Amino acid sequence: MSKYSVIGTRVHRVDGPEKVTGNAKYTFDLVLPGMLYGKVLRSPHPHAKILKIDTRKAKRLIGVKAVITGKDTLGRKQGIWRRFPELCDEEILCREKVRYIGDPVAAVAAIDEDTAEEALDLIEVEYEPLPAVFDPLEAIKEEAPQVHDGVELNINVTRHIEWGDVDEAFKKCDHIREDQYKLCSQAHVCMETHDAVVSYDYGGKMTVWTSTQSSYYIQRLMADMTGLREGDIRVIKPTTGGGFGSKFELDSAQFCAAILSMKLCKPVKIVLNREEEFTATKRRTPMYYFLKLGAKKDGTLLAKEVRVITEGGAYTAMGATALYLTGFFSSFPYKYPNYRFDGYRAYTNTATTSAMRGFGAPQSTFVGESQLDMMAEDLGIDPIEIRRKNGMTPNYEVPGQAYIQSCGLHQCLDKIDAHIKERGKLPPNHGIGVSAYGFMSGGIFNWFDTPYAFSAAIVRINIDGKVDLFTGACEIGQGSDTTLSMICAEELGVKLEDIRIHAADTGICPVDLGAWGSRTTLMNGNAVKMAAADAKRQLLEFAAAKMGPNIVYDFDIKDQWIHLADRPERGISYFDIVKEAIRGKDGETIIGRGHYTPHRKGMISPAYSFGVQAAEVAVDPETGRYKLVNVTTAHESGTVINPVGIEGQLEGAIMMAGGYGYCEDQPMDEGKILNPSIADYKLIRSLDMPETEILEIDTYEPEGPFGAKEAGEGLTNPTAGAIGNAVYKAVGVRINDLPITPEKVLRALKEKQKKSK
Amino acid sequence: MNGELKELKLTINGKPYELKVKPQALLVDVLRKNLRLTGTKQGCLTSSCGACTIVIDGKAVKSCSILALQANGHEVTTIEGLADGDKLHPIQEAFIEHGAVECGFCTPGRVMSAKALLDENPNPTREEIREAMQSNLCADEGYVKYIEAVEIVVKKTQGGS
Repeated sequence: MSKYSVIGTRVHRVDGPEKVTGNAKYTFDLVLPGMLYGKVLRSPHPHAKILKIDTRKAKRLIGVKAVITGKDTLGRKQGIWRRFPELCDEEILCREKVRYIGDPVAAVAAIDEDTAEEALDLIEVEYEPLPAVFDPLEAIKEEAPQVHDGVELNINVTRHIEWGDVDEAFKKCDHIREDQYKLCSQAHVCMETHDAVVSYDYGGKMTVWTSTQSSYYIQRLMADMTGLREGDIRVIKPTTGGGFGSKFELDSAQFCAAILSMKLCKPVKIVLNREEEFTATKRRTPMYYFLKLGAKKDGTLLAKEVRVITEGGAYTAMGATALYLTGFFSSFPYKYPNYRFDGYRAYTNTATTSAMRGFGAPQSTFVGESQLDMMAEDLGIDPIEIRRKNGMTPNYEVPGQAYIQSCGLHQCLDKIDAHIKERGKLPPNHGIGVSAYGFMSGGIFNWFDTPYAFSAAIVRINIDGKVDLFTGACEIGQGSDTTLSMICAEELGVKLEDIRIHAADTGICPVDLGAWGSRTTLMNGNAVKMAAADAKRQLLEFAAAKMGPNIVYDFDIKDQWIHLADRPERGISYFDIVKEAIRGKDGETIIGRGHYTPHRKGMISPAYSFGVQAAEVAVDPETGRYKLVNVTTAHESGTVINPVGIEGQLEGAIMMAGGYGYCEDQPMDEGKILNPSIADYKLIRSLDMPETEILEIDTYEPEGPFGAKEAGEGLTNPTAGAIGNAVYKAVGVRINDLPITPEKVLRALKEKQKKSK
Repeated sequence: MNGELKELKLTINGKPYELKVKPQALLVDVLRKNLRLTGTKQGCLTSSCGACTIVIDGKAVKSCSILALQANGHEVTTIEGLADGDKLHPIQEAFIEHGAVECGFCTPGRVMSAKALLDENPNPTREEIREAMQSNLCADEGYVKYIEAVEIVVKKTQGGS
């Protein structure tokens, strides 16, 4: 019999029936009585002074109820790094200056979308275009235009990480490689675009329904920007159509709808269209990477030096965190005795770059794993072998940074080694590339400056035994409602269908920082487990009093049966005890509380998961086109709470990470994104998907709930590197700038031919 | 710009409808806004994401790609028309059982593409399923489970017949 009744079983998603019937209600679907529709006017210039905005004609249009500009706001600036006021740099509605094509300058509320759209055309904005800068390497030059006044060389954030003695170590190396890479942007392409319905009432209270990854962040940032008190703002996250890092900052839909609603005391809805979604929301951070790697003859890595300059775009957003994490994860998943990272984030007049699934680690993994394969080849060592030799192991301390407890990297390497051998001799122009990776289970850093616990949960047991679980965790598709319900049911000893989850409504749920950095399973999971344990303890007190066993016996609950832990047959129904307990408490329901904030776990994360991926490609050397044939991933994420969920995460990650390596990009001309539609932005579709295989490795993470850790974002890290290494194995060319398009492969093949002649 | 309202007669989920719509109104907007059938989603308005897929006379159609008036006299099925009361359609059941759902925003469109496919060809190969679904974009689920779910429906209906 399994140790667990719910955990590790193949359950149906708790939100499945509502979603397959089209009955799930997204913000996109919401309509309130008297609701108005808003639209946002955006800058056509990458960099310009706003001289004048004339809204009179727009206001006169029949059906228009309000037109707002930056003058209607408090003129404050928002940012996720709230501890650093200088990094709170985004007004959302610009007053004096626009900094990218898409920066909002005005917004309209009208009786319908068509009227609002028409009104936008009637707003007259006079700009004085300013010289603009688009490339971060240009932006940090003395003569570059200043994106933000007073920011020297446009350097927004710098990060330095160092341990050991890097310079000394390089002297001892037998072989040193220096390589450069250029990493492209990537759009999140959530199926539901950014949207919000905001209702401000005459009593001074605001309710926000919005598609978000963090109800709490939106509540707090909205309070900062509107001057309302946090408690006067209630943020409710309805069913949400994807996030991937794009939906935890206050955005133009939320903020403009709020200001319009405050003017009118009527609900206002704003839905960004797909073009706005591509051009005026955040995106993955493009980076220039300069790497120096030194090793002994036997493949022991002695030192690594990393310099990164990232394209920040117009504002800070979460881009500062992406810079920090790309620096930390450049050391992953290997034991570098000496390591140095210097990162610079430069402001540019382009759409802001920020968090996206993997959060700096897909970038560092692509460059690191590409370079490591080259190092192995230089030294005549097998790629798996060099990874074995240097790979992290359990209970390893990244000097001064992080403490890694569970780590199944070596088992993953063994599995992938066996998989490659099993594939045997490949057809001509086929190649298998490997890439190893790790990722965090939530961030420890608190630049947002929350005074609250990072995660919290409340469990309430009703008279009929039904359990209400309240959590701030945000279900955005990744399956957190199901996973957290499973953890609650397991700990409390009831069935999954006994749980009803209430999530991400700041009016009734405890604070949670949201769904980012792969934090939900570990951090929320711990809070939920603690809350369930608290409620359970209260029930067991009644059970003990009622059954009156010898004091040395412990009680437990499993499958709705409260029993002596060592004598499962001696027990009593959970439902009977619930009734008596509530009666005994003078009618008070049973309420359990739980919270989690990581302590003494280093500076990055309380836990890390690991994996190794092998990608097989088939290249057509005539055209440079290649096909992803097979992607096999050996992966460990501690105890698997929800196996169906992990499979979906993995397959989805391959689609997104494969796209990053293979086809997704946002080319620009003078700051204008050239492919702002799904027709032009190339994504992997069902016909391009390779065969996928998952090889699950068992590990147990002492810090996680029931031993669980991250399983969402880490899977996005390895694929681009594996593809790059596979293309090299297949046809002998290396592409150092993503995405690895057929065009680049063909060009490299031609170069190679020329050289060999 | 709004023009004169035009009469539109069509059948939706087996029920006849008569309504007046703007001549330029897209079918997706009439379904979602006039009739409040919000199960049909909309993700791009350029016929590229497939979230608005419905079935017209047995064929999968992106409802943002046609005017409402073009559906005049035709038989439309939306996601709301699939379940029989609280009994789900076998495709919907398979999606749940096999875990082919994540954020769910593309799910109604995918279910409808699958329905059109299976109504026309109850025994498709894996390749035919992949092809029929290629116009349904998904950002988070990676297509694998979705295709397998349709295969499960195929297997089940064959077993039953």
